[in-house]
Amino acid sequence: MTPVRLCHLYPGEMNIYADRGNIAVFAQRLRWRGHELAITEVGLGEELAQTGHDLYYLGGGQDRDQRIVAHDLEGKAAALRSAAADGAAFLWVCGGIQLAGAGYTDAAGQRLAGVGILDVDTAAGHSRLIGDLVIDARLDGDAHEVVGYENHVGRTELGADATPLGSVVSGHGNDGTSGFEGAVQDRVIGTYLHGPLLPKNPWIADKVLSWALEHAGHSTSLDPLDDTLATKARSVARTRAGRAR
Amino acid sequence: MRRLAQTIARSTGRLSRRLGRGGGTTLPGVVLLKMRPRAAAELAEGLADGSVAISATNGKTTTARLVRSATDAAGITTVANTAGSNLLRGVTAALLERERHATLAILEVDEAALPAVVNQVSPHTIVLMNLFRDQLDRFGELETLVTTWAAMIAGLDPATMLVLNADDPAIAYLGFERQGVVYFGVDDPSTGRSERSHAADSTHCPRCNEPLVYTLVGIGHMGHWRCDACGLARPSPTVSAVSVAVRGVDGFDVEIATPDGPVSASVSLPGLHNAYNVTAAVAAAQAIGVPTSVLGAAMSRTDAAFGRGEHIVVDDRELVLLLAKNPAGANENVRTALTHEGDLHVVVLLNDRTADGQDVSWIWDVDYEPLFEQATTLTVGGDRAYDLALRFIYGGCPAERLTVCPAPDAALDNALVQSAVGDTIFVLPTYTAMLEFRAELVDRGVAHAFWEDA
Repeated sequence: MTPVRLCHLYPGEMNIYADRGNIAVFAQRLRWRGHELAITEVGLGEELAQTGHDLYYLGGGQDRDQRIVAHDLEGKAAALRSAAADGAAFLWVCGGIQLAGAGYTDAAGQRLAGVGILDVDTAAGHSRLIGDLVIDARLDGDAHEVVGYENHVGRTELGADATPLGSVVSGHGNDGTSGFEGAVQDRVIGTYLHGPLLPKNPWIADKVLSWALEHAGHSTSLDPLDDTLATKARSVARTRAGRAR
Repeated sequence: MRRLAQTIARSTGRLSRRLGRGGGTTLPGVVLLKMRPRAAAELAEGLADGSVAISATNGKTTTARLVRSATDAAGITTVANTAGSNLLRGVTAALLERERHATLAILEVDEAALPAVVNQVSPHTIVLMNLFRDQLDRFGELETLVTTWAAMIAGLDPATMLVLNADDPAIAYLGFERQGVVYFGVDDPSTGRSERSHAADSTHCPRCNEPLVYTLVGIGHMGHWRCDACGLARPSPTVSAVSVAVRGVDGFDVEIATPDGPVSASVSLPGLHNAYNVTAAVAAAQAIGVPTSVLGAAMSRTDAAFGRGEHIVVDDRELVLLLAKNPAGANENVRTALTHEGDLHVVVLLNDRTADGQDVSWIWDVDYEPLFEQATTLTVGGDRAYDLALRFIYGGCPAERLTVCPAPDAALDNALVQSAVGDTIFVLPTYTAMLEFRAELVDRGVAHAFWEDA
C-alpha cells in the first residue's frame, strides 16, 4: 500500500513546542492501522515540489526563527496554495497558524507575509497569552472537547472564509477576546494549541489522517484504537483549566 | 527599622519550621522584602568578602555546592542558599539567616531572577554556565533571557569578574566585549558525540545569526563551535577539562588545566554535565582566591546535592535520584541511566506546577527512546503521569514493560516490587516531584529532609 506522504516544514527552526510529538502521533496511529507514513523534511532554501504530499505540518518557533522562515516561505507559498486547493490536509500549529494566514505584524510594526491558505490575519499584542487551554472543537460537523497549552503574543482574527476550530471553554484562544480558538478552512487547520496537541487529542489526529488518506487515494475509515491513556491525560489536563500562573 | 524588620522576618522562618510547614527557607525573605524592598542589598553590605552569583539552566545547585567545598577547604566561612530557593526572596532569606561570622555569600540564582539579585547584592564574581530550552511558559524564549542577561552585563561595574562557559555560544558571546572574563570549557575529544540531540538550541551564530559549525558536539548546543560567516568562534578557555574519564553512574576522573597549574579530581557525580559543573567551580574558586592546591581534593569530596545524583538505599535496592525539568537535563540523566550495567529499572515522575513548568510539552523533546529498549521495567508517575505514558507508548515503549502510577509512593512501591535485591532504580523526577518523592523516602526513614542538607 502506498504510504501517506507527510511534508514536515522547517523541523530545524519550528519545533519549539515539541512538535515532533504531533509527528509521532501521525506516524504511530497510521502504523497501528497497517499504513505507513513517509516523512519528508523540507527546510530553509530547499525546494518544495508542487504536488506529492498528502499532509503538511508546520510548528512553532522563536521570533527570530519565525522571521527567517517567513521569508523562506515566500518561495514555497505558490506550491502550498496549490496543494491546499488540491485537497491535501494541513495542520499548522502556533507560529504555523500565523504563517498560514495573510500575515503577521510584529510589535515593531514590521509585516511578515503569510502563505494565504487560511483566511486569518495576526498582529502582535502587548502581552503573551499563556496557559492551559480547553476548547469545544468542531470538525466536519463533529464536536469534541480538546485540551492543551497556549503561549503566543500574536492576536489572530478570522476572515469570512475561515471558521473557528472551536470555542474557548477556558484560556485565551486566538486573541483573548473573541472566544474563538484556531481556524479551519477546507482541509487546513491552524491552532495555537500545543502540549503537544495530538497525543491527548487523538480525535483531531484521526480527522486529519482521514483527510490525508483520502488525498492519498485510500479508504478513509480508520479502525478504532484504545485511547484510554489519552482520555485519562485529557481529564487531568482539564482540571488545570483556569489555574493561576 | 532595618534591624526590627530583620528580627521579625527571622522569627517567621522558625515558626514555619516548628509548624512543620516545610523548610521555611523562603518565607523570611518574602516577609522582609515586603518591609524592606532592598533588604538583600542591606544584608549583603555586611559581607567582608562579598558574594558570588551562579546561574544557568542546569547545574547551578551542584556548582554552588562544589564552590562551597572549595571555600570550606580554604577556611572561608560562607553563606549559601543551599536549600534550593533561588529567587530574590530565597537569597534574601539565606543572607538574613546566615551565621554571624560568614564573610562570603555563594548564591545560586534563578535565570530570570538574576538581574534583580545582581542589582541588590552586587556580586564581585558572576558564573554563567549554560542556557537551554526550559519552562517556556515562565521564562519565555531563550533569546529573551539572553537579551536580559546582556543588558544586565552591560550595566555591571567593570571590575566584576565574569566566569563564562566557552562551549555555550550564547553564554560565551556575553563576554566578548568585556575585560576580566575567565572562560571555562571541556577540551577532551573523547567527550564528543556523534550528533546533536533533538532539542539543541542556539545553533545559530549569536553575532550574525548564520548556522554554526561544530568540531566537537557536547551537551545540546554546547561544544567547539565557530561561525564561518562572520568568523566568531569559541574562545579558548583558560580553565579547561582536558581529560574526562567517566566511571558510569559512579562519577568521573577529570584533569583540569588552569593558569595556576593542573587540578586532578576523582568526582563522585555522574555525567558530562557534572564535568562542566566541576570545571566551572574550579574557575570560580580560583577567581575568589581559593588556593589551587586544595581544589582537587575539594571537588573529589563533594557529594550530590539533594535529588541531583543522590544515592539512597531502600529495601536493599539502590535508588539514584536524577532531577531534570528540561530536555537538556533529562537527556543527560537518560544517558547516565544507560551507563548502568545489569537490570535497569527506571521511574520517571512528571509534575506540572510552577517550579516544574506548567507546560509539559518538553517531555516530547527528550530522547527517552533508548530506555524503551534497554530498561527492564519503566514506571511513570506524578501529576502528569498519563502524559508521560502517552510519550512512552507513542515513542515505541512496549506496553507490557510500562506501569502508570500517578502517586509517588505507588510509583516507588511498583519499582521496588518489580526489582530484586541489589538492583539499581533510576528515578528521574521534575523539581516538585523530586520533593514529593524525597518526602516519601524521609517518611520511610531512608533519607533526611532537604533543609538539613549541609
